[in-house]
Amino acid sequence: MTALVEIRNVSKVYTRGTQKVEVLHHIDLDIASGDFLALMGPSGSGKTTLLNLIGGLDSPTEGSVTVAGQRIDKLGQGALSKWRASNVGFIFQVYNLLPMLSAQKNVELPLLLTKFGAAQRRKNAAIALQLVGLADRATHRPTELSGGQQQRVAIARAIVSDPMLLVCDEPTGDLDRQSAEDVLRLLQTLNRDHGKTIVMVTHDPKAAEYARHTLHLDKGTLVEAAQAA
Amino acid sequence: MKYFHLIWASLFRRKTRTILTLVSIVAAFLLFGLLDAVRDSFAQAGHSAAGVQRLQTGSRLSFIQTLPQALGAQIETVPGVKAVAYANWFGGAYQDPHKQVFTFAVSPNYLDMYPEIEISPEQHKAFDETPTGAVAGEVIAKRYGWKIGDKIPLQSQIFPNKEGSKNWSFDLVGILRAKDRKSGGFFDGLFLLHWRNFDETTPYNRGTVGWYVTRVADVNQADRVAKAIDALSANSDHETKTQTEQAATASWMKQLVDIGLLVGSIMGAVFFTLLLLTGNTMMQAVRERTSEIAVLRTIGFSSVSVLGMVLAESVLLLLLGGLVGLGLVSVLAPVITEASGRVVNLPSVGASSWILGLGLMLAIGLLVGALPAWRAMRLNVVAALAAG
Repeated sequence: MTALVEIRNVSKVYTRGTQKVEVLHHIDLDIASGDFLALMGPSGSGKTTLLNLIGGLDSPTEGSVTVAGQRIDKLGQGALSKWRASNVGFIFQVYNLLPMLSAQKNVELPLLLTKFGAAQRRKNAAIALQLVGLADRATHRPTELSGGQQQRVAIARAIVSDPMLLVCDEPTGDLDRQSAEDVLRLLQTLNRDHGKTIVMVTHDPKAAEYARHTLHLDKGTLVEAAQAA
Repeated sequence: MKYFHLIWASLFRRKTRTILTLVSIVAAFLLFGLLDAVRDSFAQAGHSAAGVQRLQTGSRLSFIQTLPQALGAQIETVPGVKAVAYANWFGGAYQDPHKQVFTFAVSPNYLDMYPEIEISPEQHKAFDETPTGAVAGEVIAKRYGWKIGDKIPLQSQIFPNKEGSKNWSFDLVGILRAKDRKSGGFFDGLFLLHWRNFDETTPYNRGTVGWYVTRVADVNQADRVAKAIDALSANSDHETKTQTEQAATASWMKQLVDIGLLVGSIMGAVFFTLLLLTGNTMMQAVRERTSEIAVLRTIGFSSVSVLGMVLAESVLLLLLGGLVGLGLVSVLAPVITEASGRVVNLPSVGASSWILGLGLMLAIGLLVGALPAWRAMRLNVVAALAAG
């Protein structure tokens, strides 16, 4: 498989007051198109920072990040926003749904950035909700849904604009075991049946088992790679 | 428009807070509309088609200083003058001092100077022939239930009669009304009595008049005539100031109260408070939504889009409250005018008030939205997501 994401000699340094903290040290990583990669490691190891670099939310201090042949570390803020809108879907630990909008309207949000009309947006959102098994909850507000359901709405929002890459930051961190398994199986389906490339940060070894590969980070360095069974 | 539902939903995310803020904005623009109508009403006083042909001559020092009656004959000799009338302020009140009645003691030809006042020829004749006679505007007559033939007791706030009492009595012989119903509130509330009766009854007046009204033959010569009239009293103890009726009314009212300054000061304070209140609401609303804004930025909304949405939310808040406030004025102004018997003649919200109001809504909306919108635009997405 060809590499969808190519990370070369990436370092990330944050400045906190007068102190400089190097979070990532000269990382080299290729993520193949269609892969499902789990990033594991202790708190502060740089997992989320690496995920943010892959998703175009942050820029490296040094090195290059190339996604589908495009150097995203060279893009300006405006271009990066446009790039994210059409290429990446984000799933967070705390769902981050807009509480005043229905599930349907939350899912439609990324489509507001496209040229689709209202009817097309509604249709696509309905398909995405159906895919995550929540077609009958379209008019419900986030507060009327369980945690697992909210996370599935967030997944529907992440996939509605058909991005090639899904980045997930602890997507099961706030869920009970059953809901977590539902969400992980859904991610697995999206990877296997719909060809989505997924990069998932997790603390949970059981969650990592759903991925094709697992990488471990420690103190900003990739220390170990494991192949899923 | 694509983002409208998102902006609307954000605005009403905290319904109670937004509604309370909206109520404040409605109240502010209701006050603005009513005060603007009052200002407009004052500005309109003295404006009439017939009024442009009339000049008013009063004391240069103050409108409470009187002028000699003999000056009238001199004014009549000024080239360009067609007719001269005069009047005195009486300061009348009916039954109790709070029930003020606009009462003037006027010369015999006073009504002839005002073709915009309508009175039947019979009643006009009766007024001319009755020394103790008086005519009243139809609104004031209706309010107090006066009928022709009634004896009307009025208390002067200033002038006693021969017995030293401030209680006077007049025979109502006519009812007058303004021909133009829209702008005739002032005339409909007037009470006119004879200057001669007034002058002979009170020991305080002694052949003086409050002001002269001069009709000019040619409107284009009004300035020259005004200067010539003032020249008659130059360097005397009763120097005059002659102006168009409109300017004189404005100047007279300004001596009572500078309505423009008053309205401006009140509205300045109201809008300053509104600025702080809505500014605080917007700051709080955006601060609460930091993680939601971070999510929008994450999924691809540009920083400029986020800036625009927060500004639009703020402007929408002001527009909603402002339009309801000014709309209420449009409903209330005619009600207040009718309820006051057209003594308070509030015009409904005119185009200029709507334009000024809309301008204020936009300006305040943009101003109060600017800081939260700037902060939302500059939001550090990674830090905001990490903070949750």
